[in-house]
Amino acid sequence: MDTQKSEWQSACSLELLRLRAQTLQKIRRFFMDRSVLEVETPLLGQAVGTDPNLSFFTSEYHYPPMQKKMFLQTSPEFAMKRLLAAGCGSVYQICKAFRNEESGRFHNPEFTMLEWYRVDFGLSELMAEVEELMALLFEHQGLQPTQRVSYQSLFQQYTGLDCLDFCYEDYVAYVQNSGLFDAIALCGHDHAVWLDFIFSHGIQPHLGESAFLVVYGYPACQSSLARINAENPLITDRFELFLKGVELGNGYYELNDALEQERRFDQEIALRERLQRPAAIKDERLLGALAQGLPDCSGVAIGLDRILMLLSNSPTIDGVLAFPVSNA
Amino acid sequence: MAVYSTNEFKAGLKIMLDNDPCSIIENEFVKPGKGQAFSRVRIRNLKTGRVIERTFKSGESLEGADVMDVEMQYLYNDGEYRHFMVPDTFEQYQADDKIVGDATKWLKDQDSCTVTLWNDAPLAVTPANFVELAIVETDPGVRGDTSGGGGKPAKLDTGAVVRVPLFVQIGEVIKVDTRTGEYISRVKE
Repeated sequence: MDTQKSEWQSACSLELLRLRAQTLQKIRRFFMDRSVLEVETPLLGQAVGTDPNLSFFTSEYHYPPMQKKMFLQTSPEFAMKRLLAAGCGSVYQICKAFRNEESGRFHNPEFTMLEWYRVDFGLSELMAEVEELMALLFEHQGLQPTQRVSYQSLFQQYTGLDCLDFCYEDYVAYVQNSGLFDAIALCGHDHAVWLDFIFSHGIQPHLGESAFLVVYGYPACQSSLARINAENPLITDRFELFLKGVELGNGYYELNDALEQERRFDQEIALRERLQRPAAIKDERLLGALAQGLPDCSGVAIGLDRILMLLSNSPTIDGVLAFPVSNA
Repeated sequence: MAVYSTNEFKAGLKIMLDNDPCSIIENEFVKPGKGQAFSRVRIRNLKTGRVIERTFKSGESLEGADVMDVEMQYLYNDGEYRHFMVPDTFEQYQADDKIVGDATKWLKDQDSCTVTLWNDAPLAVTPANFVELAIVETDPGVRGDTSGGGGKPAKLDTGAVVRVPLFVQIGEVIKVDTRTGEYISRVKE
């Protein structure tokens, strides 16, 4: 009986529930002061992101005699872009996002995301705004000023490898010297997987020891919704945010070319098929919005549960959730 | 034997890796926001005791290993093999010193210990966390010294040598922590 009794309770302390509430308040004030509009978009949608590395949850919508497959959104991005194309101006949203097959110290399949889009912002202006928000949320944590570094120089610094030029022999030599032998069998000749492996095993754990680190200029093979950099076609206008080895957010200078977007969707849908992953339905409404015209904008998504983990020194995401998936 | 996916890897799960039975120590799900998911796993090879780190693509699977820990009583050493018995069933197992390993220096006849079986054959032997053994050899200590500072080596009836306080004498029985090899206390007869 005792286990049953404990199972209904939350493992998360009252203090953490309060910290979450305070953090949400600070965020809402931050955006109110900047006249960024808070919006809500559907969690249950008729289409879903095609990223082959993301798994989604599906559900059935019954309204007899109609029956329709629906998708829990892996991010509110597409719906928010439709609002942007309709002319709503800069917007933000705090919502749940759902990613199937993700569970671990830093992952719960249902998690809270803060996502915002700034019209007429370039990537660097958005990075500055992310830094300001983080400075506000972490004001009493004694962090050093945020640093920025390009993915390419970071990769060079930690591995001596060129992340933009895939020289298989050099990559193999690096993992052999650093004891990461499994990479050879796992990554094959797929440059993007090599980069994911080396970055997550050999670089990320060391990032942001005492200050936020913003990494920008990701290799083009890794980003489906960012724009290709105007000066260097090998990189995209994308950044990620790290603190204490934890990935906290991802930002783009948003792609606004409907044809290019559709080409990337089709590529990813084909790849999903090759990998025998469940079929995703391409968001025609997003493509319609892009064809109509997405304003020049940059957008970023931040994992709020991870922010709370770092604010409270919680070693696991379960520790900051009222009910993690294991007792949801 | 069952097959386990990386999503089922939990501390203590026994799996086969490179033809050796292994035990999962820790499994970390690693996934960049945009990118391939991995399982980074710390694994103990149960044959060699070595701990290694391996990475799998999320969703890969490994065959389970038929490994279990059984409480047994240590019976005797016949010179080549040590013999163990399951108290409930009287079933007996034998293991050579290569398998018994470091446990040899803590095993006294009739003591209970944990024998790890792989496909029903002993794979490793773990002594109880605390054992009580008699001192067979040590320098005479200084009477009245109860501080234990410094200490002296003492040989036990199983052959193990531990550091004991100066006041402990030959013939006395002491309690030792087998995980650290440290003296804990004297045992009053």
